[in-house]
Amino acid sequence: MNSDCIVIMGSNMAENHPVGFQWVMEARERGAEVIHVDPRFTRTSAMATKFAGIRAGTDIAFLGGIVNYILEHGRWFDEYVKSYTNAPVIIDDKYVDAEDADGLFSGWDPEKKKYSNETWQYMGMEAKASAGQPPKGEQSGHGGHGGGLSHGEPPEEDETLQHPNCVFQILKRHYKRYTPEFVSETCGCSVEDFLYVAEKLCENSGRERTSAFAYAVGWTQHTFGVQMIRAACVIQLLLGNIGRPGGGIMALRGHASIQGSTDIPTLYNILPGYLQMKHTDDAKNLKEYIEENTAPGGWWAKLDTYIVSLLKAWWGPFATEANDYCFDYLPRIDDDNSNYWTVQQMLQGRVKGYIVAGENPAVGSSNGRVNRLALSKLDWLVVRDLVEIETAAFWYDSPEVETGELSPEQIGTEVFFMPASTHVEKDGSFTNTQRLLQWHFKAVEPKEDCRSELWFYYHLGKKIREKLKESQEDRDKPILELQWHYPTSGQIEEPSAEAVIAEISGRDATGQALAAYKLLRADGTTSCGCWIYCGVYAEDENKAARKKPHWEQNYTALEWAWAWPANRRLLYNRASADPDGKPWSERKKLVWWDDEQKKWTGTDTPDFEEEKPPDYVPDDDAEGPDAIRGDHPFIMQADGRGWLFVPQGLQDGPMPTYYEPHESPFDNPLYAQRANPARQVSTVDEDPYNPVANEPGADEYPFVMTTYRLTEHHTAGGMTRFTPYLSELQPAMFVEVHPELARERGLTHGEWATIVTARSAIEARVLVTDRMRPVKVDGRVTHQVGLPYHWGSRGLTTGGSANDLLHLALDPNVHIMETKGLTCDIQPGRRPKGAALAEFVTSKRDRALRARETAPRVEPGSERST
Amino acid sequence: MEPLKTLSRWPLLRQFRDGDPLGLGQAAQSERSRNLKPRIDEADHTARSICPFCAVGCAQLVYVKDGEVTQIEGDPASPISRGRLCPKGAASKNMHDGPLREYKVKYRRPYGTSWEELSLDDAMDMIADRIIEARAADWDEQNRRTMSIANLGGATLDNEENYLIKKLCTGLGIVQVENQARI
Ligand code: SF4
Repeated sequence: MNSDCIVIMGSNMAENHPVGFQWVMEARERGAEVIHVDPRFTRTSAMATKFAGIRAGTDIAFLGGIVNYILEHGRWFDEYVKSYTNAPVIIDDKYVDAEDADGLFSGWDPEKKKYSNETWQYMGMEAKASAGQPPKGEQSGHGGHGGGLSHGEPPEEDETLQHPNCVFQILKRHYKRYTPEFVSETCGCSVEDFLYVAEKLCENSGRERTSAFAYAVGWTQHTFGVQMIRAACVIQLLLGNIGRPGGGIMALRGHASIQGSTDIPTLYNILPGYLQMKHTDDAKNLKEYIEENTAPGGWWAKLDTYIVSLLKAWWGPFATEANDYCFDYLPRIDDDNSNYWTVQQMLQGRVKGYIVAGENPAVGSSNGRVNRLALSKLDWLVVRDLVEIETAAFWYDSPEVETGELSPEQIGTEVFFMPASTHVEKDGSFTNTQRLLQWHFKAVEPKEDCRSELWFYYHLGKKIREKLKESQEDRDKPILELQWHYPTSGQIEEPSAEAVIAEISGRDATGQALAAYKLLRADGTTSCGCWIYCGVYAEDENKAARKKPHWEQNYTALEWAWAWPANRRLLYNRASADPDGKPWSERKKLVWWDDEQKKWTGTDTPDFEEEKPPDYVPDDDAEGPDAIRGDHPFIMQADGRGWLFVPQGLQDGPMPTYYEPHESPFDNPLYAQRANPARQVSTVDEDPYNPVANEPGADEYPFVMTTYRLTEHHTAGGMTRFTPYLSELQPAMFVEVHPELARERGLTHGEWATIVTARSAIEARVLVTDRMRPVKVDGRVTHQVGLPYHWGSRGLTTGGSANDLLHLALDPNVHIMETKGLTCDIQPGRRPKGAALAEFVTSKRDRALRARETAPRVEPGSERST
Repeated sequence: MEPLKTLSRWPLLRQFRDGDPLGLGQAAQSERSRNLKPRIDEADHTARSICPFCAVGCAQLVYVKDGEVTQIEGDPASPISRGRLCPKGAASKNMHDGPLREYKVKYRRPYGTSWEELSLDDAMDMIADRIIEARAADWDEQNRRTMSIANLGGATLDNEENYLIKKLCTGLGIVQVENQARI
C-alpha cells in the first residue's frame, strides 16, 4: 500500500475484508488520507480520516461530480492524460450525448431496448459489432475483454484537446451539470463533504503522489454497476492513477476464488481466459471466430494462439487443423443465458436438471421465492455442500412450505445431497482479489462420503463416458473425445489437482511445460487450458505453491505464489514511467526503461514487452503487440490507451451518466429518463416491482433499502451460520434504522420489525442506530433501512432472508442484480405466519399496483411494466 | 516449614520478588498453566493452506495429529496477511468439524416426505443417468447444446475444480454454467 489517499466506496472493507484492511490502516499511520463514502456509517467509516454519507445508489452522481471538479479546476495530470488515455481522440460526429437527449445516448432502439454503438466510434473507424448483432465485448464480472476496435488508420487526434468532438471536450460537456450543489442535492451529502473528497483526491495525485479506489459489491450490485466502476476509471485516468504504485481501482471480492471462477469461468458467456463463447448466430468456423474476436493491436491480437491451445487442451489428438481443432464441438450461447435467465426458465419448467456446488441460491440469490419455486419445477437437483443448506431442504423447509404454497407431497423434484470436502481435505488453488493464485495443501483425508468437486466432476465425467462409450450419436462425440485422464491416488481415487493445474498452465508438443503465454502457437503444437494462467506450472514447479516468507524478499513478494499474467503484480505498470520511460518521480518509481541494457526493468515484472523502447512507433501494417506504441501502456486495449470514453463493449452508454436505481423514491434530477434505459427487467409474474418516485402507490414502499454483510458471516451463510463460534458471535438477523425512523414507525430497539416489498416480507430484530443516516434529497428527508443478508431457515442461527425482498432488475452488461438500492416499507412487530404472510404481502402490493394504474409513468427510453 | 513454603507461593509476594510487579507475567502462573503446552506442539505435520472464505486470501497453517485437524492458525510467512486471520478465518476448524457437517449422501425421491439413505456410488450412477437422459431428450443439434441442464457454483471452489466443471459441461453441451460472480 503506497497510496497517499485511499477512497473506499461501495465497500465496508474494515468489516468484510478485515485482514486486507490492515494495509489501509498502515497507509493511514504513514499519513495517507482514508476516505469512506457510503450510505452507512460502519467500522470502515470509524477508521477513516473522512466519512461522507450518501443515499444508496447515487455513487455516479458523486463520482461524476469529482470528474467535473477535476475538469473545471484544471486538476488533471496533463501529460498522462494526453499520452496514455484516449482523451485526444476524436469521436464520430453523429454521436449524441445523453445530456442533449434527456438521458439517452445516440443509438437507442426503443423497441429492442438496446443500444447500437455505431455512433460511439472513433472518427473514421467502423464499429465491429454493427446494429442488430449480439453484444460481443460483453464483460463478465470484473476484468474481462479489453478493446475490440476495427482495423484502420490510427485514430484522428487533437493533442491540444481542443477539438469540440475529442473525448476530452465531450467529457467536459457531459459532466458540466455535476456541480457540488447537484451532488449534494442528489446524494444527500453536504457540499463541504463532497468538496473535501474531491480536493483530497486531486491533491494526492500527480507525479509525486497517487490515490487509490477500493470498491466491492456496493458498486457492482446495481442496474448500472459497471458504469459505477467506469466512473472511477475516468477519475483515475484523469488523475494519472492507473498502472502506478499506490494507484488503481481495487475490487474487493467476496469469495476465496471468485476471481479464479471468472478467469477460469464457471460462467456461461466466456471460455477460460476471457475468450468469448460462441454465439448462436455467428462464427460458424474457427477462422470467422478468430477474425471476429481478435483486436488489431495489443495482446488480444494473439487470440488465435489462445483458442487453438485451449481446444488442444480439451480435445488433444482429436483436434487437428483439418477439423478446425474441434471448434465445432463448442456449444453456442444466446445473448443471455445467465443465472437469472436460467432461474426464470426453470420456473417455467424448461430446465430439468440442476447441479449446485458450493452455492446457496435459496438464500443468496435475489427474490428467494422465485428461486425456490424454480427448484420445485425441476426433475432432479444435485446439491453439493458441507451442510444441509436451504437449497437442499427447500422441499420441506422454506417460506413457501410455511405459507402452504408448496408442500413436499406436491414437489416432484428428486434431490441428491452430496457432502463436500473442506479446503483442508483437498489440494488446489484459489485466485485472490489481487489475481494471485495461492495453493492450499491437503491436510487430512475427507471422511465417509465427503468428496471434493474435483473428485465429483472427474468421476461423474468418467461414468458418463463409460455409459456412452458405444454411442454413435454425433452429440456424444465431444464428450467421448474430451481429454479426461487425470492420475488419481488413495483409496478414494482423488484426481491430482497438480495434474489439472499443469494442463491449465500449458505444454508444448513434447509435453514440456510452457513458461509464458507468448510461447503459445496457433498451429496445434501447444496446449493450454487458460492462457492468462500460462506459466503458473513451469520448470517442474507449481508456482502457485511457492511460500517464500515475505521477510526474505522485497515488498512485491514475487516469490510468494504466482499472479496472472506472467507473475505481474501491478497491471499496466508501464504507466508508472513517463512517455520517455523515466519514472514520473523518485517517490513513485516501479518500472522504467534502462537505456544501457535496452530493456524495461524495475521492482515489479514489467507489464510490457521487455525490449520495446519508449519511442517505438509501429509501422502502418503492424499487428498485435507490435501495433502498440512504446508510450502506450494499456497493452490489452487495441489502441494501447486507457479509455475515458468507451466506444466498444458496453451496453448502456460510452460514459457513465446518472440514473436512479430501478426502485427509488425519487425522479432523476437530470433527465426525464429516470432509470438506466438498458437495464434488464424480469418477465415473470412472481417478480413484481414497487411503484417508484412520485407514482401513485409509491408511498406503500417509501424507504430506501440496502443490504450488506457482517464480519462473522459469509454470503448465504452455508459456511458460517452452521458454525458454532460464528453463530455465537452474530446470533440473530437484524435491521438497522435511524432513531427518527424508529419514532416515526414505532420501532423499539431489540424488538421485532417486519420489512416488506412487493416480493415478500421478512422479520428482524430492530437495531436503532444513527449509523443509518436519513438523507435530504430534493428537499425531502428520506430514511434508509439496512439489512444483512446472511440468514435463512437453517443452521445454528436462523432468520429472515433479506434477499427474499429483492427484485430481478439487472445490470445490462453483466446481468447482476440490484441489491444495494431499492425501496421497502417497515412496520413494528413480527410478520404474519403461515398463509397470512402471503395474504399480507399481496394485499399491500395490490393496493400499490392498483394505485399506480391510475397514473403509470412512461419514460422516454422504455415503458416500464410490472 | 510448610507455612513458609505456602507463603513463598503467595502471588503478591512472588510478583515483587520475581520482577513482575504488575502481576501479569510469570507471577500469575500456576503449576497447571506452567505445564500447559500449545496443542500445535504435538502435531504430526502442518499443512500450508489458504483461508476458504473471502478473497483477501489469508494464509493458514493447518496442524494435524492422528489424521485429525487439531488447530488452524494464520501463517506469518504470507506477505498478504502476515499471520492474521479475521473471525471467519479463525473459525475455519470449527467449520471443518462443526456439529452440522454432513458426511453421508442423502436422497429424496420425487414427492417424498423424508430423506433416504443412498450409497455414494449409486448416487453417482443415478446422476450420470439423469444427465444422459436429459441431454438425449432435449438436444439442440444445430447449436450443439442442451438447455435442460444447468450448473451453479464455483466462487468457493478451487481453480482446478472450476476448470473441470467448465470442461465437462462444455463437452456435454451444457451452457448454463454460472457462479456467484453473477451475484
Ligand atoms: S481470514 Fe478473513 S480476511 Fe482473511 S481471507 Fe479469511 S475471511 Fe478473508
